[in-house]
Amino acid sequence: MSKGRFGKFGGQFVPETLMPALAELEEAFETARHDVAFQKEYQTLLNSFVGRPTPLYFAKRLTELCGGAKIYFKREDLAHTGAHKINNALGQGLLAKRMGKSRIVAETGAGQHGVATAATCAMLGLECIVYMGTDDIKRQQPNVFRMKLLGAQVCEVNAGSRTLKDAINEALRDWVTNVRTTHYLLGSALGPHPYPTMVREFQCVIGREAKAQLMDAEGKLPAALIACVGGGSNSIGLFDAFRHDKQVAMIGVEAGGAGIESGKHAARFADRSIGVLHGTYTYLLNDADGQIRETHSVSAGLDYAAVGPEHADLFESERAGYTFATDAEALDAFQKISHLEGIIPALESAHAVAEALKRAPRMSKDEIVIVNLSGRGDKDLQTVMSVLEMGD
Amino acid sequence: MNRIDETFQALQGKRAALMPYLPLGYPTLPISRELIRAAEDAGADILELGVPFSDPLADGPVIQHATQVALENGMTLHKCIEMVQDARAHGVRIPLVLMGYYNPILRYDLKKFARDALEGGVDGVIVPDLPIEEADDLQDAARAHNLNVIFLAAPTSSQERLKKIGRETRGFLYLVSLTGTTGQRDALPPGLEEFVRRAREATSKPVCVGFGIGSTDSARRVAQIADGVIVGSALVAKIGDASSAVENARQFISELREATATAQLKNAPDS
Repeated sequence: MSKGRFGKFGGQFVPETLMPALAELEEAFETARHDVAFQKEYQTLLNSFVGRPTPLYFAKRLTELCGGAKIYFKREDLAHTGAHKINNALGQGLLAKRMGKSRIVAETGAGQHGVATAATCAMLGLECIVYMGTDDIKRQQPNVFRMKLLGAQVCEVNAGSRTLKDAINEALRDWVTNVRTTHYLLGSALGPHPYPTMVREFQCVIGREAKAQLMDAEGKLPAALIACVGGGSNSIGLFDAFRHDKQVAMIGVEAGGAGIESGKHAARFADRSIGVLHGTYTYLLNDADGQIRETHSVSAGLDYAAVGPEHADLFESERAGYTFATDAEALDAFQKISHLEGIIPALESAHAVAEALKRAPRMSKDEIVIVNLSGRGDKDLQTVMSVLEMGD
Repeated sequence: MNRIDETFQALQGKRAALMPYLPLGYPTLPISRELIRAAEDAGADILELGVPFSDPLADGPVIQHATQVALENGMTLHKCIEMVQDARAHGVRIPLVLMGYYNPILRYDLKKFARDALEGGVDGVIVPDLPIEEADDLQDAARAHNLNVIFLAAPTSSQERLKKIGRETRGFLYLVSLTGTTGQRDALPPGLEEFVRRAREATSKPVCVGFGIGSTDSARRVAQIADGVIVGSALVAKIGDASSAVENARQFISELREATATAQLKNAPDS
């Protein structure tokens, strides 16, 4: 009877109050997906509002440094509001409007999804409430101010670990309470069905563009795709167009935090535990009693205890491989590509770059790697400054 | 017949069951143990016992706080079952129902949970984040041990869903009175009577109402239309962290019992 499974993962583990809302959302999404007018409006705004297509950029100096595979960046950092999050926020915003829901709630970790949602709501004339953990508010001040400028109400969440997980709890509580008038604009490929599928469909434009752009530039497929994985939306967005090209390796990079052995990380696949959090059955970090563990990462966007259920299935079927980068490795990559390529990446995306730095040197020069540069790093300057100063 | 069915049968046509909710491990483990016995003495007909979870997304601030205190006190699902066992050893005879989120039960192992719970003296389990569509595994495990899996219905549930949920639930149907999280409200939600009527149309099983029942007056009015009255946050708030926790609980439960027992029954199910 369960719906929305990827292999054995996924499902709809939510209070009964939300089940009818999920059914309504699924139906609206399925109709919109095949509706020419909806698709046209979405595509037009992806071009004119978001600035798509985003470029595929050849990172020449980084490639020379590594001395192996050619490294390309998919420049989602150049999308409006500074990250891939806007692709999904725009899609769901249009869907909410179509469903007659005038009030939007969202969660945010790094603030990128919150900003994307706030911008979308401003443009579409929707009320916007963003839940954000107190700890994340502290480390992502510029994004908090951005959301407010865009007319959103930012609600501080002071429960639990005061990060993304707790922001999702609070957004879900709001949705349960105001379900009849409100759409929950979930920002990653996680949560109950239909979110993982819907978010993927609104993000798969990343991989579709990248594939066509690389064909133009090089006339062939990449040997590998690399993307960071928090909930997993930028990675699934890149991977989706290549999933049937078996020769293309897909690598997801989780937050290794202070190192796996320290216990302070968000590497769900390194821990190998499966359970239910926020409506979905997937790999997650929990203790022996089933309590959700606190996670740690220098990047707020990867600091989450569960991974999107489709990634769990890609991991189990071995279609994709998952690894992690530590805080230190991400910070190193952050500085390297700032120096070498003139691009300041989001700390989340720096995790993917860190993996490219490890992997490209071992590959041959006629192979190609695409790294998803999922966001820009302006929001992280404060964090990086304080970490580097401490290191001096 | 199990304890839950017996209880409703004995009360049918007389009065609604009073069903207080106690978060296990709150405010301390020893007081929590005492509270179970005090609740029975004060007139509880069935007890709902909360199993703490780190991410209680269906709960409002009062139960969230109690949950956090319980976790800090080292409460686990394993210890919850032990606490029920202890209550039975002290002669508690009313039905005891565990209420907790799915992940700790999953992590415990569903079959082992069903067996240990029943052996420990648990009569049923309520899992707020487990809708009927996802419950097959837990139901299979529970059936093998004759443990009741009790489902929730919400005001947003269609008549068709109410019927399905009514078919799946065992012991009673738990009506969530409002769209929202747990927590006391000043007044009962406006559509409640209609919701109870829809539920009665969908099932012949006992219909109990919870979420938001904040006062003896609300409890009295719910007792007029439903087979059971569930009071959680209001009771938890009364218990507080104080040393007089047990006395406070005893007093409030007695008042609730008085209120529900004197309620004039209307809409009683046809028998």
